[in-house]
Amino acid sequence: MDFYLGLIQIIGVHTLLGLSAYCVLLTGQVSLAQAGFFAIGAYVAGMLTVLAGWPIVPALIVAALVAGAMACAVGFPALRVKGLMLVVATTAFGEAVRLFFFNFNYQLERGGFKFGPHGGEGFRQIRYFPEHGWSTFDVMLFIWVAVVLVMAALWWMDRSRAGAVLRAVGEDELAAQSSGINVTAVKVTAMTVGGVIAGVGGGLFAHYTTHIEHVQFGVVLATFAVAYPILGGLSNVFGTLLAVIFIQGFLIEGLRFMGDWRNLLFGGLIVLAMNVRPRGLIDAHTTLALKRIFRRKESAGA
Amino acid sequence: MLELKGLTKHFGGVRAVDNVDLTVAQGEILGLLGPNGSGKSTIVNLICGLFPLTAGQVMLRGTDISELPPHTRVGMGIARTFQNIRLFGQLTVWQNLWVAQNSSEQTGSENFLRRWLGGSRHARAEVDRALEFFDLAHKRDELAANLAFGEQRRLEFARALAAKPALVLLDEPAAGMNAEEIDQLDARIRKLRGEGMTVLLIEHHVELVMSVTDRIAVLNFGQKIAEGTPAEVQANPLVREAYLGTATAA
Repeated sequence: MDFYLGLIQIIGVHTLLGLSAYCVLLTGQVSLAQAGFFAIGAYVAGMLTVLAGWPIVPALIVAALVAGAMACAVGFPALRVKGLMLVVATTAFGEAVRLFFFNFNYQLERGGFKFGPHGGEGFRQIRYFPEHGWSTFDVMLFIWVAVVLVMAALWWMDRSRAGAVLRAVGEDELAAQSSGINVTAVKVTAMTVGGVIAGVGGGLFAHYTTHIEHVQFGVVLATFAVAYPILGGLSNVFGTLLAVIFIQGFLIEGLRFMGDWRNLLFGGLIVLAMNVRPRGLIDAHTTLALKRIFRRKESAGA
Repeated sequence: MLELKGLTKHFGGVRAVDNVDLTVAQGEILGLLGPNGSGKSTIVNLICGLFPLTAGQVMLRGTDISELPPHTRVGMGIARTFQNIRLFGQLTVWQNLWVAQNSSEQTGSENFLRRWLGGSRHARAEVDRALEFFDLAHKRDELAANLAFGEQRRLEFARALAAKPALVLLDEPAAGMNAEEIDQLDARIRKLRGEGMTVLLIEHHVELVMSVTDRIAVLNFGQKIAEGTPAEVQANPLVREAYLGTATAA
């Protein structure tokens, strides 16, 4: 049972990570900095609960704000470049964050034990949940409350004018500019929102694993972050969720019985999925088709 | 309304636009003619601010806007269409107009949250009215990429007008249209003039230009070679030369 609860936790946290990249991708930018914001969220939230003794919710909020502020600061210079150059610039940032935490040493002594981030050995004993008697199920529920809140907010944003503007920038920057949209402001805002979401995800991640270290926040995680929304499709937030379930639930855990062949099949299946559905698992046509079906049902019912 | 003073743009050694002076009066429809590569589209791009000037000034209602970014100029009342259509293909027809409501008047009249989250009923009604005017109301929920060519041209024109511009720059709006569609375009441009809109029209379709414009300026190799009423320009030997080449002594 705990295995499945753990898996659901992973899916929840990775959905947040994917959604943070989703925001940025809507504006047509591929950012590999999301793992960096995730790491910032993880370390900040962990330090606040372990070293400062904060409760989890304010710690998560502050972690999200710090990650968001960082994303905003990185957004201004980074978003001046586009496409491949942006990928390189954001990768560099992500690695810089990882190496910062590799060298980051800030420990406090309490009762003969030392707590806090300890450079390359990582940050152990982030034990807020066990110390406060949360069961695995409680933690799972807590993570998913956050996921549902973020998804609902993004779903709403998507259907508002703000969502249409983000997509307009992603479609054609020149046309967006010429229609009076401040493209830089839109892109930096999307980056900031993405940073906030990644910060929440990172904070939750730190607390359910209880032990974080720099290697967890490398390029692989950054690649996963952008892979989810790209595989899932950018037409709405459920695409990202579906992709996380597909990758984490099916490809990583579900195919474990295949042993070493799993990794090969993993890549193969992603390539296959992208070929069959080039615009993602859930694309604009799927959404329109679903809308039509529901409308027909409504009119039939009335 | 719009005044270009010594407008110059060099791309490396190419003088795309060279010291062009041009004035567009309030409520006027000015045609901009010239052979391919004569700098017409570059002038439109310079007026919109898509790239920096090499020299000269762009003045709008007496203010120098040469240094302003493109979106600010839209807010001040300059909108455009593109020679090769650039719509937001994965947005619906309705959304294409919705995102383009960016005049300073529109930005100022609604509060921030209202504007970004929903848009007022007034703003939405404006979109619907524009769709009626351009005969696109029945396509409102269609993705822009799925429209037929003529409909895409109309939608782009509608999107340019969504920001309620005082001056609209049409870059070859009739390209690829059939005769009937060109007649409709002609009628729409006239109707807009009736409402006080100023238009800068770049077009190769001579009949349309002759019929709808008040004045015409002709470019060749980035320089203005003629300016006047359609009849005057038609009679100008320099213009004939630009289009047909010089008669070599046989």
